[in-house]
Amino acid sequence: MDDTILKIRGLKTQFFTSKGVVPAVDGVDVTVRAGEAVGLVGESGCGKSMTAMSVMQLLQHPGRVVEGEIWLKDRNLLELTKREMCDVRGNEISMIFQEPMTSLNPVFTIGKQVMEAVRQHQDVSKAEAKKIAIDIFRRIGIPEPEKRFYSYPHQLSGGLRQRVMIGMAMVCNPSLMICDEPTTALDVTIEAQILYLIKEMQKEKGTAVVMITHNLGVVAESCDYVYVMYAGKIMEEASVFEIFENPTHPYTFGLLNSIPKTTEVKDHLFTIRGLVPNLLSLPKGCRFCTRCDKAMQICTEYEPDLYDIGGGHKVRCFLANKEVMESGK
Amino acid sequence: MENKVLVETIALTKEFPTKSGSFGKNRATVHAVTDVNLKLYEGETLGVVGESGCGKSTLGRLMIRLLDPTRGQVFFEGKDLGKMGVEELRAQRKQMQMVFQDPYASLNPRLRVRDLIAEPLITHKVNKTSKEDTDRVEDLMRKCGIRPEFMYRYPHQFSGGQRQRVSIARALALNPKLIICDEPVSALDVSIQSQILNLLGDLQQDLGLTYVFISHDLSVVRYLSDRVCVMFLGKVCELGITRDIYANPLHPYTKFLLEAVPIPDPKYRKDQKDMLTGEIPSPVNPPSGCHFRTRCPYATERCAKEAPVLREVEPGREVACHLFD
Repeated sequence: MDDTILKIRGLKTQFFTSKGVVPAVDGVDVTVRAGEAVGLVGESGCGKSMTAMSVMQLLQHPGRVVEGEIWLKDRNLLELTKREMCDVRGNEISMIFQEPMTSLNPVFTIGKQVMEAVRQHQDVSKAEAKKIAIDIFRRIGIPEPEKRFYSYPHQLSGGLRQRVMIGMAMVCNPSLMICDEPTTALDVTIEAQILYLIKEMQKEKGTAVVMITHNLGVVAESCDYVYVMYAGKIMEEASVFEIFENPTHPYTFGLLNSIPKTTEVKDHLFTIRGLVPNLLSLPKGCRFCTRCDKAMQICTEYEPDLYDIGGGHKVRCFLANKEVMESGK
Repeated sequence: MENKVLVETIALTKEFPTKSGSFGKNRATVHAVTDVNLKLYEGETLGVVGESGCGKSTLGRLMIRLLDPTRGQVFFEGKDLGKMGVEELRAQRKQMQMVFQDPYASLNPRLRVRDLIAEPLITHKVNKTSKEDTDRVEDLMRKCGIRPEFMYRYPHQFSGGQRQRVSIARALALNPKLIICDEPVSALDVSIQSQILNLLGDLQQDLGLTYVFISHDLSVVRYLSDRVCVMFLGKVCELGITRDIYANPLHPYTKFLLEAVPIPDPKYRKDQKDMLTGEIPSPVNPPSGCHFRTRCPYATERCAKEAPVLREVEPGREVACHLFD
């Protein structure tokens, strides 16, 4: 049985700025299965958030999806009307953002905001919606939910606000929840609580999760499958164990080795030299070649494809292509 | 330790008055830092960790008297910073510099990089001619890994990592002994973060600097620090050698804090973590006795009545908890 929830194929999202066309997402394929947690990892500007925004169709001007397909179960989201998309958002796919203060409306109580999400998608009376909202508050661990129902966002701490966001995202039992850096603004002890809550909700309701983050620790703890993005393209994808055990792309390898860990001491950290390239003037060939220690002649001329190296592990690097390596270019 | 003490704080306390309500009639006090006694040795890196609002940045600023303490004293090489006059303090400031978190906010957007780095040199009238200043700036830029050709560029022409290099070059301009780094890599991407951490490490070795490294990121602190000071709600709860604290945290808060850090290796994944429940109490109205007791699973009646003092429980390790009396 096909249990694919989300299937992104050849997605290209571009920003038409006065300085030129910025290819923020440049041909991305992502597959998410039911109940699975998928990580999209990368540094700022790699296109991970823009992939999510393209799925939600919340791209701001001058951004636009120019090519590709986004399948939610059996519907291509890019072919839906605005109205139909409104029914999908919050109901079938929901999203949690990094900064819970700016994503909640400061002039309405949190209860009212969650009720609105319920009444938008379900045909229930106000009283029923209120009951549903209080139930979800209790479920996500908000103390005194009946009282907190009447609180305004500014009266809550960052951790509680993020809980409210998760509650609002889960209230309609979506089949997919996209979390865009959900814990970046939070302290570590609160981060652990929120990650645990997301995992619990996922288990309880069988929701698939897309976790967008730059924190490899968060990925290691909460994802099943990982996509590593760099400058708008997927550089490597594999199961979480495979990617941490056997990082094959030089970028993934560098990323994993450049982070200090609490579990070990090193004299020197591994560094990836140089800077993230400007998307307006990407290097010719492989977009990582200017920073890569293993770059070869061919890397500066041709762009590598995503090669399958077995076991569901794919790498966009000529080093993983036998034919290229054997021809000795 | 036989090393020379560079900075010593004695019962250092900082309270901020706040006003709220109409015409500010509701007055309250934020207890940012309470009774901190610390010794900072020459050439070491002291990591200060804790969650937001625990007073770690305030402590850093008090140490170089960017803030005046409410009570308590700070001694820099044996001299009381609180008793210094304006001129004397300014001269002393050559020895102590700061690198801030946000390289976008801490560099004046209207100054060129050369002038940014030369500003401390000019303020302290270090060189006679501007040519000498320029030479020194060039030297500093090279040391910090910025190409000297970029001297006449503006900050907005640089990336976050390069800007942080400029901030570090500026902090080094006067050959200080002490640099307070307040979350210097929190705003940077992973691959840039490691470049800056390596730079800070190399500079310390070359120039014999002493660092106070303030961060909420426990893995970064582990990498750079010789000793770690864990703070909770304005108080130090544990202080000791980095390796020992990470291997064997004693204070319950340190334990939970370390447990909460997500480890970038799925092999260590746990289904159930020991997690702290609840939120950080408000520093306006901290709990009586031990500040941590409302979140602590081991709290007893004694913890509500009596605040634990920081005491040495084994050589080089100090803990403030009644469990270790």
